Amino acid sequence: MSNRGTSVRGAGFARKRAALTAGFSIAALLLTGCVQSQREENTGAEGEGDTAVDSTFVFAASADPKSLDPAFASDGESFRVSRQIFEGLVGVKEGTADPEPLLAESWETSEDGLSTAFTLREGVKFHDGTDFNADAVCFNFDRWYNWTGLQQAETVSYYYNNLFRGFADKPENAIYESCEVDGDNEATVTLAKPFAGFIPALSLPAFAMQSPTALEQYKADEIGGSAEAPQQSEYATGHPVGTGPFKFDSWNVGQQVELSIFEDYWGEKGQITETIFRIIDDPQARRQALEAGTIDGYDLVAPADTQSLKDAGYNVVARDPFTILYLGFNHKVEQLADPKVREAIAYAIDKEALVSQTLPEGTKVATQFIPDVVDGYNEEVETYDFDPEKAKELLAEAGYPDGFEIQFNYPTNVSRPYMPTPEQVFTNLQAQLADVGITVTPSPAAWSPDYLDQVQGTEDHGLHLLGWTGDYNDTDNFIGVFFGREKPEFGFSNPELFSALDEARGMSDRDEQTKAYEEINQQISEFIPAIPLAHPAPSLAFNERVTSYPASPVNDEVFSNIELSE
Amino acid sequence: MLRVIGKRLALLIPTLFGLSVLLFLWVRSLPGGPATALLGEKATPDAIARVNELYGFDRPLLVQYFTYMGKLLQGDFGVSINTGRPVLEEFATRFPATIELTIVALIFAIGVGVPLGYLAARHYGRFLDHSSVVLSLIGITVPVFFLAFILKYLFAIQWSILPPDGRQNPRIDATHFTDFYVLDGILTGEWDAAWDAVLHLILPGLALGTIPLAIIVRITRASVLEVQNADYVRTARAKGLMERSIRGSFILRNAMLPVVTTIGLQLGLLISGAVLTETVFAFNGIGRFLRDAIFGLDYPVLQGFIIFIAILYALINLIVDLSYSVIDPRVRVQ
Repeated sequence: MSNRGTSVRGAGFARKRAALTAGFSIAALLLTGCVQSQREENTGAEGEGDTAVDSTFVFAASADPKSLDPAFASDGESFRVSRQIFEGLVGVKEGTADPEPLLAESWETSEDGLSTAFTLREGVKFHDGTDFNADAVCFNFDRWYNWTGLQQAETVSYYYNNLFRGFADKPENAIYESCEVDGDNEATVTLAKPFAGFIPALSLPAFAMQSPTALEQYKADEIGGSAEAPQQSEYATGHPVGTGPFKFDSWNVGQQVELSIFEDYWGEKGQITETIFRIIDDPQARRQALEAGTIDGYDLVAPADTQSLKDAGYNVVARDPFTILYLGFNHKVEQLADPKVREAIAYAIDKEALVSQTLPEGTKVATQFIPDVVDGYNEEVETYDFDPEKAKELLAEAGYPDGFEIQFNYPTNVSRPYMPTPEQVFTNLQAQLADVGITVTPSPAAWSPDYLDQVQGTEDHGLHLLGWTGDYNDTDNFIGVFFGREKPEFGFSNPELFSALDEARGMSDRDEQTKAYEEINQQISEFIPAIPLAHPAPSLAFNERVTSYPASPVNDEVFSNIELSE
Repeated sequence: MLRVIGKRLALLIPTLFGLSVLLFLWVRSLPGGPATALLGEKATPDAIARVNELYGFDRPLLVQYFTYMGKLLQGDFGVSINTGRPVLEEFATRFPATIELTIVALIFAIGVGVPLGYLAARHYGRFLDHSSVVLSLIGITVPVFFLAFILKYLFAIQWSILPPDGRQNPRIDATHFTDFYVLDGILTGEWDAAWDAVLHLILPGLALGTIPLAIIVRITRASVLEVQNADYVRTARAKGLMERSIRGSFILRNAMLPVVTTIGLQLGLLISGAVLTETVFAFNGIGRFLRDAIFGLDYPVLQGFIIFIAILYALINLIVDLSYSVIDPRVRVQ
């Protein structure tokens, strides 16, 4: 009986199954149809502009901006957005790290280097209609200088802290002194101490000009109701107002930031009328989004993906490197304290091989700790070209004819602009060092906080991998950070080098300073505190409709300069 | 009934208190401090000290705990270290996304799982049964992220049938006020936005629903097998009751008890699965946010989240218990 029952049910089921299959097929057809019609709608709607291109540009960001107020930001994703909305007095010459006029048409610095008179561009308006003039300039400078309490925290106002070093309520270390309005389009900024990097520093997004009206209206300086964690202001979460080609539309946290063209922009507006930063935190997912066509481009392409993306017809654009990857030495370790050993290791490393085998295309071999676009780059430094025989000789002279064993620290599961795949770099160097008799004990650790803690905060490390991405054309921002004082990372004390760096930083004359840095770079190359390995170049990938992208070594990329073909 | 609910809710208080203590100590014993995570390679000892002072991480544990609990009782979960926004606000914007996703996953898991498990039991030992057992085994063993990748690769990239990531096509200008995108689209009459949101839910929903689906299939199958051989079913048949009412009122209803329990338990699994699914599909829900909080050692978010989930769990269990009484009259009497 149960058998018969089953067979009856079986027939019923077969019918249902057929119906089900049919249902699914129809649903699938509907889905495809809808997706397609939507795409058609989009291009249709956007094709209405005077140019025949889709004027909406979608770029994948790896994270939300931390703050829409660039003065309170220090991360790349915040600046990527703020560079579209804001402009500074000083801009960056396309494709370089050199300053050029932007909102200031020109400037003149006094003999002593302390005061700079800016002549401002006329007829510039902020997105809210406020005039950009000398009052606005001084309003911004005074705003930064007069920050108090929480606003002064390094995590909050990182760049002002690091570059201008002091605030109105404790002016002892402050570099800024005052700003004077000399007329509608003339403003003079006076510094308390010479600061040769003043003009290039002003090209940083953190020092962009913001609308005084909006800053006040949306209480930009009211951050952090509680002392536990700083809380962003109303301005920084939804009302940023600058003079740039794009104005802020909306920010759907975790999903996207939308900007639209500012019709009264003073400069070239370009083809893009709407910019969307879509937040996709997974690197793999960014690539897939590009392949699926939902985004037009993304940054920091994994080295392994470059070739396959190119082959598939995508445009891969490499920035000029503004990075340094180095092999650090802990001089507290007996062997590494010996200059002969350090020299031997310098000769033992085949940088060309390392670069071609483990680093992205466009990466340059490093001979010093600054990229060649930075002032003070010295063509004449010791280069220690790959010579394993010489390395062995030097090791023997140092008393290690059979080599030695040493700890090698490297981070895992992390990708930095200057080191996309640390594990590969480690493996490569491990093999090279083994060839001259140096056996390394691998000591991997998770990037943050373990690795950084261990390498920068303790003495428990030997050789290690680390690097840096520069912010702007400032030599001190590279070598001053590394070798300006005694640090557990390197564990050496070299008063001569420390004072030379200190002196160079305080010089007011740019040419004189450049010369000083050239000498310092020579000095560093002889001392070998660490080995500069490479200047890895970060790449971006774009849909093939993007025919030109203004790649910049310092990420000064404004989307109004993008060219689209369809 | 009300007394039962009241009693259960009262039990929540000591549970949450104990949890808050454990949580507080656990979070602070994690290796490395939040200061290093915040400052990254730009961390200098000075900067670390300043950050610790700023956030109160240098104060005695007891003081930190009382400050924390005091605020918590006032409904203040603090401000996220990563984003600088109030934790509660962050949850409020992301939770609807995870709920939408969970609902789709559940509909898929229950809608396919229960009938499949039932059919497998009815066809015990035959092809349909074997294949459903094998399929559910595969469903349980395939890691969520792998399945998510495969689904995404095939449907979004290879065939371009469904969107690869996010909750909405970036080019669609949709109005959002509840943050339930499908609901928003329906309420505002923006049908294209609602449909677009539905399309964005399909792949992550399938990926997330697969493991619960597999488990529901197995539980339903086992439960139906047990019930359909029970004495009272035989009696009902012998009595000459219609097969349809035997299946409906006797077999399915009685077999549903363990299934409902399982579904309740699956909800927890869905949340942890959401961490992976949401990451793969760049889906802006609680899961992805939690992952960022773990990586960034975002203490306030972690604390707030776990307390929040504990409350949610307790409520789900309560609902499951109450639903027993709907299905099984004997529970009502007890």
